[in-house]
Amino acid sequence: MDLRFTPEELAFRDEVRRFFRNEIPAEIRRKVSEGRGLTREDYVTSQRIMNAKGWAVPHWPREWGGQDWTAIQRYIFTEEMLLAAVPLPQQFNCYMVGPVIAAFGSQAQKERHLARIANLDDWWCQGFSEPGAGSDLASLKTKAVREGEHYIVDGQKTWTTLGQHADWIFCLVRTDPAAKKQAGISFLLIDMKTPGITLRPIITLEGRHEVNEVFFDKVRVPAENLVGEENKGWDYAKFLLANERTGIARIGLSKERMARIRRLAQEMPAGEGTMWADRDFRERFAGVEIELKALEITQMRVVAAQARDPGRPDPASSILKIKGSQLQQATTELLLEVAGPFALAAPERGAEPTNDWPFDYEWADAAATSYFNNRKVSIYGGSNEIQKNIIAKAVLGL
Amino acid sequence: MDFDLSLEQAQLKDGVERLIAANYPSLETRQKLAREPLGFSERGWAQFAEMGLLGIPFSEAEGGFGGGPVETLVVMEALGKGLALEPYLASVVLGGGALRLAGSAEQKRRLIPAVVEGSLRLALAQTEKQARYDLNDIAMTARKVEGGYLLDGAKSVVLNGDSAALIVVSARTAGARRDAQGISLFLVPADAPGLRITGYATQDGGRAAEIGLSGVRVADADLLGEEGKGLPVLQRLSEYAIAALAAEAVGAMAALHALTVDYLKTRTQFGMPIGNFQVLQHRAVDMLIALEQARSMAFYAAMMVEHPEAQERAAALSAAKVQVNRSCRLVGQEAVQLHGGIGMTMEYIGAHYFKRLTMIESLFGDTPHHLRRVAAADGLMA
Repeated sequence: MDLRFTPEELAFRDEVRRFFRNEIPAEIRRKVSEGRGLTREDYVTSQRIMNAKGWAVPHWPREWGGQDWTAIQRYIFTEEMLLAAVPLPQQFNCYMVGPVIAAFGSQAQKERHLARIANLDDWWCQGFSEPGAGSDLASLKTKAVREGEHYIVDGQKTWTTLGQHADWIFCLVRTDPAAKKQAGISFLLIDMKTPGITLRPIITLEGRHEVNEVFFDKVRVPAENLVGEENKGWDYAKFLLANERTGIARIGLSKERMARIRRLAQEMPAGEGTMWADRDFRERFAGVEIELKALEITQMRVVAAQARDPGRPDPASSILKIKGSQLQQATTELLLEVAGPFALAAPERGAEPTNDWPFDYEWADAAATSYFNNRKVSIYGGSNEIQKNIIAKAVLGL
Repeated sequence: MDFDLSLEQAQLKDGVERLIAANYPSLETRQKLAREPLGFSERGWAQFAEMGLLGIPFSEAEGGFGGGPVETLVVMEALGKGLALEPYLASVVLGGGALRLAGSAEQKRRLIPAVVEGSLRLALAQTEKQARYDLNDIAMTARKVEGGYLLDGAKSVVLNGDSAALIVVSARTAGARRDAQGISLFLVPADAPGLRITGYATQDGGRAAEIGLSGVRVADADLLGEEGKGLPVLQRLSEYAIAALAAEAVGAMAALHALTVDYLKTRTQFGMPIGNFQVLQHRAVDMLIALEQARSMAFYAAMMVEHPEAQERAAALSAAKVQVNRSCRLVGQEAVQLHGGIGMTMEYIGAHYFKRLTMIESLFGDTPHHLRRVAAADGLMA
């Protein structure tokens, strides 16, 4: 039993750390750190720097640009990225559709898409959720009917994150209405420029345009864009959701935010001193810090188990999403507390993020924005209540 | 980075678990043993010695088996799982730890072999009625006299203080009541004239004692460690105790959680197992999360307890205690609630786990105490 990294792992960590801090533009990292929105260009810039180094998709198969890293190296890499406030490589590209195409796609699909996915030449979004299919994803209704060499797609997807930037969307569609729920679903790749697709923004409560509705009206999709076999889409979706769980707890992100909260609290006047001098605040801060440390060790247990036995997930992995999201939210609560009354004012802005702020605490508006926005982390990717259902069944046998 | 036990550690775990399972076949057995004069089975203690458990933390040169914090974790977790009564914490971790950390070569040579073979049990008399968890708060005095010291004062809740033959007593050789300097440790035989031990049962089925010393005379040779330099030793002992208790708590929580999940699967109401109800499933998952977070911090404590940098080490152990305490509270309370009425009864073993977990919270610093320390330490991640 040993918590320490090997000298090789430490050298790798230093290399990765230097790369993120020296090569990714400070302005992009500042925006991430302050919880401000990124432009499409920010994502593209950051990811292409990583891709040029061969690091945009290290978890992919070697022949498509992967790195054959150990589970521990992948963990170090992701944590260092989060700690340096580097945006994760576009997630729908790199962690979702890319691995699915690499595992189940045709040779033609791999050759057409994978390199462009890794370099963010094409921006992908996810068409899973529907107005009537949230946690109960398998009840989705968007249908695809085969007509010669095409599927005709009709229906509606929602919560499509950053769909406004997208060139492509990967969708779960119902291809066999007669089959029982999960059995009649297929995995389809759809070009967003195809006639019949309409995108409507959804402005989330903090004022950002982050998610969208996507409508499909008799959209003709070439049959060659079917991934794998017809009616096997649910299996691919499960693979996708289980694929890259390292970093799901976002511990590096929470640690980075805690370090920032500490700096801000040390500067924020309160009473005769600063907020950092207030014992109650410090104890609340310490309380979150302790849980974060515990979760960090829990995550290391999971990673160590993966490194030893890649086929068998550790039961502890199931708690990472729940606890990790709770702690992300706890950090935004602390930040909101530090901002205090200065969190109240919202700058004039449209749906797109702006960085103009005329007040002394130029970071304070983003405190409320982060707090509001982070309520999503216990909802998306399978709400925490769904996660508990899964654990109760799969781990506890209830 | 790995969290696996070595082959020897896995064998140790297997051996201790089997011994404890054999010695505690039922709650009735445990309760009967708890009522014995020592508060545990003398035979069980001898078996601990035979298995080599009592020599784990001592080096081979000292007559022990050269185990480390992970071996202690393995033993303590098994004790927690089996709700065992043996005074391993009091005698081996605390008393033995004091000898190990502060004993002279002569003291170690004279005493450690007896501890290891099970013929000598130790206890640590530290807490005083005004001190709560402050290790530096010591009113007991040790006055220097020709050839030795005279000890006066009182100690409270001395764990297994009524079954130890030799007691490590902290006392002030200099300074004011709350000074960091001037604390010294002494080895005091339980039968020393002027020593009064009043043993009693504890809420969790164990034993403790109030100990009064009036004019107890000890020899110069009974000073343990350097005069006036006892506080760092007490701090180290507290850290070892926290690491040990964290492991014990994890063993107990895991057992209690398993009992609870089992109950949810077997208890039928409204025509179905109550484990079908989602609200109860989610609470069982909350217990699991608390357990796993505590397990992580028990590992962390084991790996940090011998960390060379004192401030980092102290903050780490305090952090571990906060997490373990919070998990003890949640797992214990939820287990009783999910069991319903049966969880409230003396005859149900789950209730005894709950009581032990509750008492662990109060040993060597409760949640507010350690939270304050972590906050004052300026963070864990600095």
